[in-house]
Amino acid sequence: MSKNIILYAAILVFGITAPFIFPAFKVQLSILCVLIVLATTWNIQGGEMGYNTFGNILFYGLGMYLCASVQVGMFFPLAEWTESGGEKTFVHTPAQFFQGMAVGLVVAAVIPTIVAGLIGYAILGLRGHYFAICTLGLGVAAGEISGGIEIIGAGQGFTTPPFPNVGGLEARGEFFYFLSFGALILTFLAVRAIYSTRFKLILNAIRDNEDKAEAMGIETMKYKIIGWMVSAFFCGLAGGIMGGLVGYIDSTDVAFDGREMGVFMVLMAILGGKGTLWGPVIGATVFHIFKEGFWTFFLGWQYVALGVLIVVIVIYFPEGIMGWLREKYPEKFGEVVDEADRKAQVELK
Amino acid sequence: MVFQYPMITVQACLDGLLLGILFALIAYGMALQWGVMNIINIAQGDLVILGGYIAYFMYLYGIHPAWGVIVSPIIMYFIGVGIYKLVINKVVDRDLFISILATFGISILFMQLMNFAFGADVVLANSGYGTTMLFNNNVTLPNSKIFSAFVSIVFAICLVIYMKKSKLGRAIRATAQNARAAKILGVDTEKVYAATFGINAALCGVAGALISITFTIHPYMGLPYTIRSFMIVIVAGLGNLPGVAMSGMGLGVFEEFADYILGTEFRIGSVFLLLVLILVYRRFKLSRKREYLK
Repeated sequence: MSKNIILYAAILVFGITAPFIFPAFKVQLSILCVLIVLATTWNIQGGEMGYNTFGNILFYGLGMYLCASVQVGMFFPLAEWTESGGEKTFVHTPAQFFQGMAVGLVVAAVIPTIVAGLIGYAILGLRGHYFAICTLGLGVAAGEISGGIEIIGAGQGFTTPPFPNVGGLEARGEFFYFLSFGALILTFLAVRAIYSTRFKLILNAIRDNEDKAEAMGIETMKYKIIGWMVSAFFCGLAGGIMGGLVGYIDSTDVAFDGREMGVFMVLMAILGGKGTLWGPVIGATVFHIFKEGFWTFFLGWQYVALGVLIVVIVIYFPEGIMGWLREKYPEKFGEVVDEADRKAQVELK
Repeated sequence: MVFQYPMITVQACLDGLLLGILFALIAYGMALQWGVMNIINIAQGDLVILGGYIAYFMYLYGIHPAWGVIVSPIIMYFIGVGIYKLVINKVVDRDLFISILATFGISILFMQLMNFAFGADVVLANSGYGTTMLFNNNVTLPNSKIFSAFVSIVFAICLVIYMKKSKLGRAIRATAQNARAAKILGVDTEKVYAATFGINAALCGVAGALISITFTIHPYMGLPYTIRSFMIVIVAGLGNLPGVAMSGMGLGVFEEFADYILGTEFRIGSVFLLLVLILVYRRFKLSRKREYLK
């Protein structure tokens, strides 16, 4: 246990000092935090519950639009803002900006949660690949439909309020970094707390055999919906932060980007190891480093590289990093191993 | 609007029916591989678009794009077998989600490669077939659409006969029923799988060539075709060819009406929403009997 505390303290210290040690990578670090949040929330569905969703992007995009809309709409007419395409006709004062952001983030987290509850009731009765394709459809439909709605910018996009002129140039990066790092800590602690309760066992029971879980008297539908709502809460939050960070929202390329972010969160969780607490964190970190490398060195070919990466990870590495470690060092995961038995198994392989 | 302007209704119905036959052809390929290999191919739509680009390429070099209907499936068959050998044979016996993700990766790969090779413009291969006017010139019917519907029907019939009569067709059907038993009885299931995926790709090639003649193609337009064919298959069920044809045409008509009533920008969105609605409807219908889709 004391080892864990040292680990958490080290990560916390690193997290707080990181933007000052690597000032050039502040934006990248913030994106990394958001990615970890997304991977962790996907893991609640895909890893623990066994419901592989492509639809968490829906909550992410929804949170993004909601946060920005609230931030603008609290002080200025929303339609005119999007009409002007982010021209400097309306300027947020610092107080307005931060107030708007705070309210916006709350809205961005709460509304997707409610939406997840409603949609979840309808579609969580589907199983396996029907659920996967259905959520894929939802994500794309949301992107296409929001691309046709005038008040949030339709096809031309939505410029989020620019950061007010306080504290110099560095302040923006630091603000968003600490915001996303805070969201990351919140998510991680919440998910960790959830994973230590009976709730996680119920989710695992649903994953392993839903019919039997139901026969044992568990109201699976209720827990599935709650699980999805927890995911949606943090996804929406992450989306709201990301919207402010990117500064520009486009319906299909930024918000409901099923081709990028929607696949990334699945991939990160699988790369790290589904169904573990640390897997998505590790997976997201490794993936982000890889991705930035690809994006820098293979500019233009990044999607080709991404496609190949998906195929390779899925086919050759479905257990992920944590799964691999677990197979290699089972003692560290609290599994009692009979040495002779293990040797025999290694020889068999 | 439907009753105020009957001509638009007729137009939408005709367009939808002719379009739907094409969708049914793609969906038949999907039903085939789903039934035989238990794989959901997200890259289906991208294979269609790739087939379309083959026809478009021929058009660029001065060959009439209608020949693409012959050439494209042949090339696509080998591409399909290649994809099978490289990727699909490793996911056949595994979790369906693995196949969905793996083919999603292939889909992204194809999208981007096509974007490099052919550019991001919306293109179409002009067949120069002209149009037929009906009902006092109120309804226009491009001859290319009639041609494409006709070709799709011919291909579908040929395929059905092939599946019924030929040795490979029988092997495919046997594998679909019980892969293990078929293996025991001497069917080389590996070859059957490769051929199935190849035939599916060839069907996509035909459909793509026809789409490049009648509509437009664009590297990123693949996913809607995948979703459409998935939708048709879940409505009709596996191995129900008349059902596939009917629901394909129904979807075509629905799309044309959505296009007229809601506007073109909501067309794709409405297709995806329809998929969700169909699944939700079936889920509630089945949950009354305490069953679920699987």
